[in-house]
Amino acid sequence: MTSIGTIILDIFIFLSVYVQVFFFVTFLENRNKIITRKGKIELKFYSPVTIAVPCWNEETTIHNTIQSLLSMNYPKDKLKIFLIDDGSTDNTLSIINKFTSYPNIKIFHKENGGKFTALNLGLKNLETDFFGCLDADSFADPESLVRIMSYFEKDPGLMAVVPSVIVHNSKNFVQGAQKAEYYMGVYFKKMLSFLGAIDVTPGPLTVFRKKVFDDLGGYRLGHNTEDMEIAYRMQQHRYKIEHCNDAYVYTNTPKTIPKLYRQRLRWIFGFINNTIDYRGVLFKKKYGNFSVFTLPVRIASVTAVFYLFVRIVYNFSSFVYSKIIMYEAVGFHPGVKNFVFDPFFINIQTFFFLVILTYTLIFFSMIFGRRMAEGKWGLSMDMLYYFPIFSLVAPFWLMQAMYNTIINRKPAWR
Amino acid sequence: MSDTFDWKKYLIVLLITMGLFFTAIYLSNYFGNQKINQLKSIQDKISIDILSSETQFSLLSELSCKNISNSIYSPELGELGSKLEWSQKNLGSTDEVAYLQKYYSLLQIKDYLLAKQISVRCGIKSAFILYFYTTAANCSMCEQESLVLSTLRTEYPELRVYSFDYSTELSAVKSMLQIYKIKDTALPAMVIDDEVLTGFQSVEGLETRIKDSFKLQSAANPTPAVKTPAGNTKKQ
Repeated sequence: MTSIGTIILDIFIFLSVYVQVFFFVTFLENRNKIITRKGKIELKFYSPVTIAVPCWNEETTIHNTIQSLLSMNYPKDKLKIFLIDDGSTDNTLSIINKFTSYPNIKIFHKENGGKFTALNLGLKNLETDFFGCLDADSFADPESLVRIMSYFEKDPGLMAVVPSVIVHNSKNFVQGAQKAEYYMGVYFKKMLSFLGAIDVTPGPLTVFRKKVFDDLGGYRLGHNTEDMEIAYRMQQHRYKIEHCNDAYVYTNTPKTIPKLYRQRLRWIFGFINNTIDYRGVLFKKKYGNFSVFTLPVRIASVTAVFYLFVRIVYNFSSFVYSKIIMYEAVGFHPGVKNFVFDPFFINIQTFFFLVILTYTLIFFSMIFGRRMAEGKWGLSMDMLYYFPIFSLVAPFWLMQAMYNTIINRKPAWR
Repeated sequence: MSDTFDWKKYLIVLLITMGLFFTAIYLSNYFGNQKINQLKSIQDKISIDILSSETQFSLLSELSCKNISNSIYSPELGELGSKLEWSQKNLGSTDEVAYLQKYYSLLQIKDYLLAKQISVRCGIKSAFILYFYTTAANCSMCEQESLVLSTLRTEYPELRVYSFDYSTELSAVKSMLQIYKIKDTALPAMVIDDEVLTGFQSVEGLETRIKDSFKLQSAANPTPAVKTPAGNTKKQ
């Protein structure tokens, strides 16, 4: 364990420094291109857009989601809203039925078949050149759509634009930790956008050109992560995806660790299985940075978290074992030991500096992500919650996702 | 697509990362060397202490035991021991650490001889244990014995434990192994009052022997004992 273990650890440390430096270099190269617009903008031409809201038992949030679409700063006649009830068993249908009088809202009701079937129903009825989805647990900023559409206006070759997803109304430290994670997500998404290597087109308000679905087909189950599968498929066909950093969408996040666990289990399971499905694109130059950077980095980070966890368990058990030996040898003799602080005993090994460097760059990504999301510089308490929560719980959902993949069991949505 | 694949960037980032790695290795070596230097300076201080104690002891033939100062024992010996042990674990078994380890063994022997002489001459209450261990794997008893000895040391400040790695390449240590006929198959081994004990010794068993050792001393030397400072030796 020691020598080979140390070498593996060194390799992971090297990789994580490499990845962080890669992002930072990308940032330095493109920092002048990161523009955060304040206030209203106008487009030369307002293309008609359809936003589909698939909903399955969303009675608590659906009303606000629809309201956020209605108050969007976009010409009403150019924005069509599809409310697609996917066989809800709660009050969702009666809430969405209140919106029948709006001329730009169309309501669909279908048997429950999963989110991708609801989206495909939307695609089937699509009459506009642009199609977006807004998850029913999210609210869009009034300026978000017009900012997204400005990207399409500038670049006719652009096929999809993803927004900045921000945590709505975080109330406890579990949500706080996710808030920090989403800040980081904003930064990384922008960097991946510069690299042409975005791997998820998230449910909250990604807008696609209709051509994507005409050429590549509709949504697929995608191991319950249809928003990842469509992004993989687009990357496989080299369809360009960009990130519009100043289009904000606020999303509700799981409040408790078990709920977060289920959500992440689904995401990681989706990641592992979509990656297995699309393994053919790995390490092929023609698929660009998505194939040589994003996917390998994600695979390495899953492996690293798993490895580190095994290592921590090993270290902890050898610590417990040494305590047992001590007990066997001397019993409970606490003795009079003076713990005098001596800087001599601070272990300044190579990885000490590298770990500090990596953490500094991670903090930078959170801080800069926050600036892109909220326009504020600085640290927040949420950033401190992030590390304990994610480092303690993530190995478990990772391992369960691996286990489920092996025994071929699909995780539930909630 | 505008984002054509750019090998150059991957290479540049690799170079930067390697640069960072080498800087980190350099810094780590720099601090490692500083620690070695710190160890060296502690050793120098101890060797001066011992030399001074020896000189003081020679003078003692003309003076009475009342004049023995507390400084006759080197309190840094224990500190050096634990720092050396730490360095072996964390800095790796470099030549420098091995060299310091040898020097440390020598200082221990000198301290042992001197402390024993002073104790006999001036009737200072003390007990001595020479402890032989090995760092080779599969000596779990050595680990346990070390814990026993450090427990006893905190309980009996008058107990002085000198620990020697069996594999130390030093003639003085080798002669001790010969004198007490210690074999690597019978480790851990201890010498207390010239008696050799092999295998694991429990706290209770050793405690009786230490007390016996104190008694022997007071029987041989009825002069009132002079309180000595805590004799810390290497924790191993």
